[in-house]
Amino acid sequence: MPPQPLTADAVWAALHEVPDPEVPVVSVVELGIVRDVRIDGDALTVVITPTYSGCPAMREIERDVLAALRACGWASARVVTTYSPAWTTDWMSDATREKLRAYGIAPPGAGRAAAGETLVTLRRRGTAPERVPCPFCGSHDTALRSAFGSTACKALHFCNACRQPFEEFKPI
Amino acid sequence: MSETEPTTPVGTNGVGTAPVAAAPAQATAGIVSDPLVEYLIRHGDDRLVLGHRLSEWCGHAPILEEDIALGNIALDLLGQATSLLGLAAEQEGKGRDADALAFFREAVEFRNVQLVELPRGDFAVTLVRQFLFDAYDVLVTEALSRSAHAPLAGVMAKAHKEARYHVRHSGEWVVRLGDGTDESHRRAQRALDDLWRFTSEPFLMDDVDRAMLAAGIGADLDALRPRWEASVREVMTEAGLQIPGGAFVARGGRTGRHTEHLGHMLAEMQIVARSHPGATW
Repeated sequence: MPPQPLTADAVWAALHEVPDPEVPVVSVVELGIVRDVRIDGDALTVVITPTYSGCPAMREIERDVLAALRACGWASARVVTTYSPAWTTDWMSDATREKLRAYGIAPPGAGRAAAGETLVTLRRRGTAPERVPCPFCGSHDTALRSAFGSTACKALHFCNACRQPFEEFKPI
Repeated sequence: MSETEPTTPVGTNGVGTAPVAAAPAQATAGIVSDPLVEYLIRHGDDRLVLGHRLSEWCGHAPILEEDIALGNIALDLLGQATSLLGLAAEQEGKGRDADALAFFREAVEFRNVQLVELPRGDFAVTLVRQFLFDAYDVLVTEALSRSAHAPLAGVMAKAHKEARYHVRHSGEWVVRLGDGTDESHRRAQRALDDLWRFTSEPFLMDDVDRAMLAAGIGADLDALRPRWEASVREVMTEAGLQIPGGAFVARGGRTGRHTEHLGHMLAEMQIVARSHPGATW
C-alpha cells in the first residue's frame, strides 16, 4: 500500500483510531495522551504523556501508535514521552466524558483536577462524603469503596440505588 | 518491624547505623561526584525501595480493595523511580540505565532514607510508615515540581498528583486504625513509636541538598518540615495516637549507611536480574 501523504491532519486522524488499551471506548487522542505531532520533512515524531507514572499500558500504547502509523506507510515514525505538562483529566472534552459514562465508567468531574486541595482530606464520621453519580442509573446515592481500582486511573464505587459497583475515572 | 526494639542494625557494608556523630569513611563508598546525579538517585531510590516494600503485599493484603490499592501505589512509586533513575543515568553519562541502577548496585550505593527500607511489618506498620512518607512526599513533590531542572520538574509534577491520592489514602487508614478497635489502636501506636525515630532523616539537609537548593533545582527541606509536622500532628490527633518523644534520630541512608534490612530486600529484588543479566521477557 503506498504511504499516505504525511500531513499533521492525517497523522491525528490515524491516532484517533488508536484505542486506549485499558479503556478501549476512547482513543489515546481523546484521553489527551497524545500531546503533539511533529513533522520535519519525512521525519515524524509523536509526543505522548503517561496518565500515571507507573501506568503499565504506556509501552503498549507506544506499540499501538507505531503500528497505526506504520499501517499508513510512515515506517520511520518515532514516539517520545514527555512528563511536562503533567497529564490531567481536565483535558478530556465533554464528548469524551459522555463516552465514558455510556460505557459504564463515571467520568472525571470537569475542572476538579485543577481545584486546590488540602494536604490531607479527612472525612469525619457524620459528614457527607463526596458523591460520584452512578453511570448506570444517575443516582447520587453512591459510596466510594476504594480510590484505587482495576487500573491506576480508576476508583471503585458502589451505587446504593441500583446496587451495582461501578468505576470512576479519577480526576487528577 | 519486629516486636522487639531494633538494636544497632548492621548494614551489608558492615557499618552500623547506631547514632554515631560523623559518617565514617566507608560510608562514602560508591558516592558519585555530581550532586545532581546524587540528588536524582536519592529521590529515585526512596521510591524504588518503598515501592518494592509495598509490592510485597500483593496477594496478602487483608482485603481485596487494599491489595489493589497497595499494588497501585507501588506501581506509581516504581514508575516515578524509573523516571528519576533514568534521568540520573542520563546525567551520569556512563552508559547505565534505570534498570542498571536498580538491579546492579549494592546496598551501600543506595541513597534512600532508612524509613522506606524497614520491613513492611503488619498492616499498621505499613500504613503508618506510608502516611509518614506520603505526608513528606506530597510536599517534596510539590516543591520539586517548580525545580529549575525541567525534566525533574516534569516528573515531580506528575508524582505530586499521585502523592495527593496516596496521602489521603494512608491518612484515612491511620485514623481508621488509631480510632478503631483496641487492637488496631495498639498496633498503630506501636508502629508510630517504632517508626518515629526514622522521620527526621528525610528533612536533614547536607551539602548535596544545599547545592541543589542554591542552584534552584532542589527543595528547601527546612521550610517543608513545619508543614509536615503540622499535618502529621493533625492526623495523629484525629487518630487518637500519641506522637512519641525521644531524641535519637536515625540517619545515614543518604550516604549509603543502611539498616540490615535493605541488603536482604535487595537480594530478593535483584536476584533474577543478576542471575540472568541482559535477559528479556
